[in-house]
Amino acid sequence: MDSKYEVVIGLEVHVQLTTKTKIFCGCSKDFGQQPNSQTCPVCLGLPGALPVLNRQVVEDAIKTGLATNCQIAPRSIFARKNYFYPDLPKGYQISQFELPICEHGWLNIETEELGKKRIGITRIHMEEDAGKLLHAAGDSSSVDLNRACTPLLEAVSEPDMRSADEAIAYLKQLHQIVTYLGVCDGNLEEGSFRCDANVSIRPWGQKELGTRAELKNLNSFRFIKQAIEYEVERQIEVLEEGGSVVQETRLFDAEQGVSRSMRGKEEAHDYRYFPDPDLVPVVVADEWVERVRSELPELPAAKLQRYRDDLGLPDYDAGVLCAERPIAEYFEVLVARHANAKLCSNWVMGEVLRSLKEKQIAIADCPVSPELLAGILQRIADNSISGKIAKTVFEEIWQTGKTADQIIEEQGLKQVTDSGAIEAIVDAVIAANQGQFEELKAGKEKLIGFFVGQVMKLSKGKANPGMANQLIKKKISE
Amino acid sequence: MQLNKLTISQLRAKLIAGEVSSLELTRACLERIAATDDKLNAFITICETEALAAAEAADKRLAAGDAAPLTGIPLAVKDIFNVLDVRTTCGSKILDNYISPYDATVVAKLRAQGAVIIGKLNMDEFAMGSSNENSAAGSVKNPWDLQRVPGGSSGGSAAAVAAGQVLATLGTDTGGSIRQPASHCGVVGLKPTYGRISRYGVVAYASSLDQVGPLASNVEDCALLLGAVAGYDPADSTSVDTPVPDYLASLKDGVKGKKIGLPKEYFIEGLAAEVKQAVTAAIETYRQLGAEIVEVSLPHTDYAVACYYLIATAEASSNLARYDGVRFGVRKDNGDGLVGMYQHTRAAGFGDEVKRRIMLGTYALSSGYYDAYYLKAQKVRTLIRQDFLTAFEQVDLLLTPVAPTPAFKLGEKTGDPLQMYLSDIFTIPVNLAGTCGMSLPCGSSSDGLPIGVQLIGKPFAEAEMLQAAYAFEQATDFGGKFPPL
Repeated sequence: MDSKYEVVIGLEVHVQLTTKTKIFCGCSKDFGQQPNSQTCPVCLGLPGALPVLNRQVVEDAIKTGLATNCQIAPRSIFARKNYFYPDLPKGYQISQFELPICEHGWLNIETEELGKKRIGITRIHMEEDAGKLLHAAGDSSSVDLNRACTPLLEAVSEPDMRSADEAIAYLKQLHQIVTYLGVCDGNLEEGSFRCDANVSIRPWGQKELGTRAELKNLNSFRFIKQAIEYEVERQIEVLEEGGSVVQETRLFDAEQGVSRSMRGKEEAHDYRYFPDPDLVPVVVADEWVERVRSELPELPAAKLQRYRDDLGLPDYDAGVLCAERPIAEYFEVLVARHANAKLCSNWVMGEVLRSLKEKQIAIADCPVSPELLAGILQRIADNSISGKIAKTVFEEIWQTGKTADQIIEEQGLKQVTDSGAIEAIVDAVIAANQGQFEELKAGKEKLIGFFVGQVMKLSKGKANPGMANQLIKKKISE
Repeated sequence: MQLNKLTISQLRAKLIAGEVSSLELTRACLERIAATDDKLNAFITICETEALAAAEAADKRLAAGDAAPLTGIPLAVKDIFNVLDVRTTCGSKILDNYISPYDATVVAKLRAQGAVIIGKLNMDEFAMGSSNENSAAGSVKNPWDLQRVPGGSSGGSAAAVAAGQVLATLGTDTGGSIRQPASHCGVVGLKPTYGRISRYGVVAYASSLDQVGPLASNVEDCALLLGAVAGYDPADSTSVDTPVPDYLASLKDGVKGKKIGLPKEYFIEGLAAEVKQAVTAAIETYRQLGAEIVEVSLPHTDYAVACYYLIATAEASSNLARYDGVRFGVRKDNGDGLVGMYQHTRAAGFGDEVKRRIMLGTYALSSGYYDAYYLKAQKVRTLIRQDFLTAFEQVDLLLTPVAPTPAFKLGEKTGDPLQMYLSDIFTIPVNLAGTCGMSLPCGSSSDGLPIGVQLIGKPFAEAEMLQAAYAFEQATDFGGKFPPL
C-alpha cells in the first residue's frame, strides 16, 4: 500500500442471532424451509399485526455488549427506518437509532504490521432482518419472507482501522466473540455474520476523513481483505489522477476481484427514523446486566492469556486452541485429565485437528473424545508406548471407540523396556550391519539414528527408543 | 316488541329466560339492517351466514346454562378490525379485496363470549376523517337527518347503534373518532385510556393514539362491552397489564361529592349556541346530582390540533407504507417497473384525505424538519398530557362539549380540510393525553339533531367516568331514543 495516504476503515457487522424464534413474533427461524412457510401476520406485515420483542434478543445483545466492553443502556428505543422495498413487508425496518442498547465498546487487536491496538465500537443495536428476493428468469421476482423479522445485532465500529489486516483482525475477534457466546453461528457464507466496510483514504496528517465508499457483499474474510485492498488502490488511483472519491456503495465481485458502484449515497433514502410507537422502551435493570455478566463464558482474549501465562503454552498454540470455542473446550477437558499442557496441545493441534479436517468432522463429533485421548497421553507419559505407537492407538480408537488400554493390551503394543530384550535386538542389528557399525565406531555419529531406527523396525516400534540409543552407545564404547 | 330497541341487559335476561332466542334477535337485526341500510350505508360487509351460525351456537350455549355476558348478543365492528376470513377494507379501495387470515384480539374476545358479529361497519378510510365522507364504500348518513354526516371516523359504528341495527358496536378513536360520531348520532361512545384495550388486529392509523372503544345506546351497555374487550394482551406491547374492574358493579354509585372540572379553554367562541346551552344544562344537572363544579385550566389546549396533525400523520405515513401492492390488496401494475407499481397502486388505492395525511406525515418526519415538527409536537404532547394530570390533581372528572356543532351537512366541509380538522378540537387532547373520555347524549338542537357532552376521566378511571355518565343518563331523558327511519 502506498505510503502517501493513510487508510481509514470502519466496519458495520450484522450478526444474525441463534434464537429459536424471530425478534418480533413467535415464528421459527429455521432456514431452508418452503418459501413463506415460516411466517405469520406479524412478520408478513399484515394490517393490524403488532410486534412483540423477543426477550432472548435483548439477552443476546447484553451478552455481546458486555463481551465487547460496551455500556449497556438502561433504556433503549426501537425506531422505524422507513423505505420501500419488496423484501420489507411493513415498508419500514424496526431497528434502533437514537438510543441503541450498547454503546462505547472496544476490542483490542494485534497485527504483525502495527502491533497491539484498541478499536472502538460505537454501538451495537438490535434490529429485524428483511426477507429475500428470488429473481426468476424474465422480469418477475418472488419474495420469500421466511427471513423477515429474524433478529440481528448490528455492531458499528469507530473508523479506527488503518489497514485491511487490522480490519480482518477486528472482524475475526468479533466473530470469535459472538461464536464463543453462542449468540451467532458465525457462518459468513450463509450470511449469519455479514460485514460492510467503510473505506476512505486521506493524506497523512490530515484530520478530516476522506470521502468513504461502503463495500458490500463481503462473505468471507479473504474477500473482505481483497475488497478493502482493492478499494484502497482504487481510491489512491482516483486521487493520484486528480479526481475525487465519490461517496457510494460498492458491491464486491469475488470472482473478478473488483468492486462496482451500486448506488450513489447522494440519492440515498431519507429514512425518516422515528421511535416505533408499537414498542415500549427496552428497560434493562442493573440486575439483568449483572446476571448476564456473571454467566458469560471465559472470552477468547482471557483464555488466550490464561493458556499462555498459566499453562505455559507458546503464543501459536494458545492462538490455535482458542480460535474456536469447541476446540478450547476439547482441549480443556483433555488438560484437566492430563497435566502436560504442551503434550495435550501438540496432540490437539496435531492428530485431532488434522484428522478432523481430513474427515470433515466437527470437533464436537470427534470419535476420539478428550477422555479417550487422555488415556493415550497417559500411556505415553508412563513410557508404556512410544509417540509413534500412540498414533496407531489414536487411529484404532477413532475406528473402534475402544480405550487406549484395551487396544494396547489386545494388540500387544506395550513398549519393550526390558533392557535384556532390547540388547538382544541391538546385537542382532549390529550383526546384520557390521560395516556401518565400524563407521559408527570410527566417529560417524550420524549413523546412530540409523541404528535406533533399525532397532525400532525390528521390534515393530515397541522398543523404547531412548533405551535403544543408550544400548547402542554402550556397544560403541565396548 | 322491537327487540333491537332493548338494552343488552334486558335482552340478556330474556335470552337466559328463553323468552327470545339469539337466532330471533339476530334475524331481527338483519331485517332492520335490510330495511334501513340503503338509506344509512352503515355497513360495508354483512356476515349473515356467519352471524346466523354464531346465533345458533349461542342458543345452544344459553340452553346449556353456560352464557357469558354477551352470549347471543348481535354486535358489529368497524371495518378496521380484522375478522378471520372476512373482508377488512378499512374503508379503502386499496384493501377492497383483502380477506383477513386472523382475528383481532378484541374480535376473538367477543367470539369467546359467544357474541354474534353481524358485520363490518363503514368508516372514513383508514380512520382518517370526521364525517365518514372519506370512505371508498361511500358516505354514511346520519339516522337523525339523512342530509347530514354521522361524524367520523367511526360513523358506521355510531349510525348503526342509533338506528337500532345492532345493540352495540366497536369503533376506534384516534382523535375523537368514537366520541364525535356518538355525539352526532345521539349514542353513548367511550374512548378508553390508551393501553386499556388491545390494538392487535386493529388496522393502525396512528399507533400512539389509536384506541378501541364501545358505542351503545346506553351507558350500561357501553360499560358491559368495555368490560368484555378490555385487558392486557401479550400480543400488544402497548397494552397495559392492570386489572379490569367490574364496570357494572360501581355503575350506580352516583356523583355526589365528586369534583367535576370545566376547562375554561373549551368554552370558546366557536361553540354553537345550542351546544353551549345543552352542555351548560348538563353542568347544572351534575350540580343538582351533588357534584361540585369547578373551573380548571388546560393551558396548552390551543396547540392540540396542530400537535395531533403532526404526530398522527407522521405515524400514519409509516403505518400505511405496507399498502404497496406487493403482498396483498389491490395492485396496479402498468408494467413500468417496481417504483411504477408502487406509485400506481398507491395513487389509485388511497383517497385524497389519506394521501394528504401521508404527505403531511412524511414531511414532518423528513430529515431537516423532524426536530421542528415531529419532535416539537412530541414535546407539546407531553405538555398537554401534563395539563390533564395537573387538572386531575384538583378534580375527579372533566366535562366539556364533544364537538363545536351538531352534525353538519354532507359536503359542507369536504372542501375545507382545516374546518373539518377543527371539528375534533375538544376530543383530540384526550388522545394526546392518553386518558379516557366519553360522549353521552345531553340534548338536541332545534333541528332535532343530537348533542353530546364529553366526560373525561383520569387514566384507567373508566369506572368512575361511567358512573358519572350513568347518573346523568338516569337523571335525564336524552339517550336511548331512536330516529324515525
